[in-house]
Amino acid sequence: MIEQRWKRWVFFYIPLTLFIIGTLFPFYWMFVTAIRPDHELYRSWRAANNAPFWTLQPTLAHFQDLLARTTFPRWLWNTFFIAVASTGISLFCGLLAGYALARLRFPMAGALGTSIFVTYLVPPTLLFIPLADIIREFHLGNTPWALILTYPTFLIPFCTWLLMGYFKTIPKELEECARIDGATRLGAMVRIIFPIAIPGILSAGIFAFTLSWNEFIYALIFLSSPERKTVPVGVVSELIRGDIYFWGQLMAGALLGSIPVALVYSFFVEYYVTGLTGSVKG
Amino acid sequence: MAQVVLKDLNKKFDEVYAVKDVNLHIRDKEFMVLVGPSGCGKSTTLRMVAGLEEITSGEVHIGERLVNDLPPKDRDIAMVFQNYALYPHMTVYDNMAFGLKMRKFPKSEIETRVKDAATLLGIQDLLKRKPRQLSGGQRQRVAVGRAIVRHPQVFLFDEPLSNLDAKLRVQMRVELKRLHHDRLETTVIYVTHDQVEAMTLGDRVVVMKDGLVQQVGEPLELYSKPRNKFVAGFIGSPAMNFIDTTIVEAGGALYAEALGLRVRVPPDRVSRLGPYKGRAMTLGIRPEDLREAGGGDPQDLVFEALVEVVEPLGSEILLDTRVGNQTLVARVDPTVRTRHHQKIRLAFVPDRIHFFDNTTDEAIA
Repeated sequence: MIEQRWKRWVFFYIPLTLFIIGTLFPFYWMFVTAIRPDHELYRSWRAANNAPFWTLQPTLAHFQDLLARTTFPRWLWNTFFIAVASTGISLFCGLLAGYALARLRFPMAGALGTSIFVTYLVPPTLLFIPLADIIREFHLGNTPWALILTYPTFLIPFCTWLLMGYFKTIPKELEECARIDGATRLGAMVRIIFPIAIPGILSAGIFAFTLSWNEFIYALIFLSSPERKTVPVGVVSELIRGDIYFWGQLMAGALLGSIPVALVYSFFVEYYVTGLTGSVKG
Repeated sequence: MAQVVLKDLNKKFDEVYAVKDVNLHIRDKEFMVLVGPSGCGKSTTLRMVAGLEEITSGEVHIGERLVNDLPPKDRDIAMVFQNYALYPHMTVYDNMAFGLKMRKFPKSEIETRVKDAATLLGIQDLLKRKPRQLSGGQRQRVAVGRAIVRHPQVFLFDEPLSNLDAKLRVQMRVELKRLHHDRLETTVIYVTHDQVEAMTLGDRVVVMKDGLVQQVGEPLELYSKPRNKFVAGFIGSPAMNFIDTTIVEAGGALYAEALGLRVRVPPDRVSRLGPYKGRAMTLGIRPEDLREAGGGDPQDLVFEALVEVVEPLGSEILLDTRVGNQTLVARVDPTVRTRHHQKIRLAFVPDRIHFFDNTTDEAIA
């Protein structure tokens, strides 16, 4: 008994605690910095009353400043709009492509599946060069469409693969039965397969939403005017002026920017886990 | 209510024939069973009738219609799958009503039909449950119910009992047969790999192997007059014993030499076996056609065997025996007293012997 308790501490509780601290500390730091008054922020580390890990005079001044004196609300809206639109496009394409690759027999299906996956492996930091050219040709620079149409380059392969895997776990007899029962292939897909695949669709959606919400490189390159920017780019480019870091506003912006994603995750966490791990038991 | 006719039906996967030149005439209201080992093409044949598999060549007729190019939903069939294929996100009621809803039946009609089918199958209390809350047997009933509410022309069953435990399987088998006799009176095509299911359920049975139909016939016909060695070995449990033999002529009569015995060929088979004089053949004898030799058995049909395994089943005893280099299974009376490593005297029932050509495997009868 004693040995077991000892093992449990060493192999379970202590590593878990360290992991939780490591994961949550940046968020705590973000939070503390956001509500810390300026005079505490820019105080020397050696000051007698320095207390880096907490503050006794919390303030919302940075939030007020951020919302009133920068275009942050605008960034938030931009980010939201772009993330939702590109997620929508990617989910739609991913659903159809994933279904086709999982279910239909057609020549080169395997090769097509692999090549879709390979496009996901091309790093965005390389892909932005040709993409920038295309964006310029279509005169889409500095518009939300520059991002809405480029994010699917990495979101569609991702959604396709995740959904293809999920569709493969659904017994094909279900839709065969539906087709005998009177549905067309499309009808069986919409009435039977999609409802069953909701966990998979949700996790693909959440992932796609998060990826486009947090995306930095394309947003940095394709958008230039301040009011068009997304949160990750706006916060960094507008709240660091030269070598001056507006730490309070920066952290307030980061905090507000991560709340929507955290909310989305926490609402759908159960679906999300079954989407990644689970299958359907008929 | 319709007949199903398959004409020169072929299915090729890549370059391999899964189904080859299948011709079948399934009569109206007939219970037809397709049976064979896995990979024999029975399920593929069924799926071509259902429209789930494309037809490489040949024709499928349901009723008077050629259905080759009709999608499954327009073939007026219902199918029950091995894994039940219940829609997991719908209640039992919605599962059963789905096909009727898709066909735009009025709500009241749907309700009547679902309730009727549920009562018939004894699942009327489960209608509000989801499939995951049901046991295997209950799921199977729902799957059958979903098929029968539609009143289709043809029922297709694809190994519907294979996922049930042995006891439930026997029970469901009887129920299916009763359902077909008393209530449905519809053409049924039923696929199974279990020859007991095939024999007990089928009005007629189709034995398939490697995509080819081996024999079509009533169960007892397949049992007593198998057309070839494969059917002979597949139908019946335990399987038929095959023994190497040579046909010889002596004193104007034909004899099959086997196991150190000379078994006289019954007179009605002499003409067919005549050409095989002096040649090697295979002699087939079912375990139940071997018995412990008694005083009344003619001595030329009695031989001595070494018992290797004794399997007492209560109503009978299975003996795995060895004679020379042949192993023979015998199914003997439960009163027989023997143990392994003992010798036992067994006798043939002479008119139950089958002969097979060694090159074609065809039965010579």
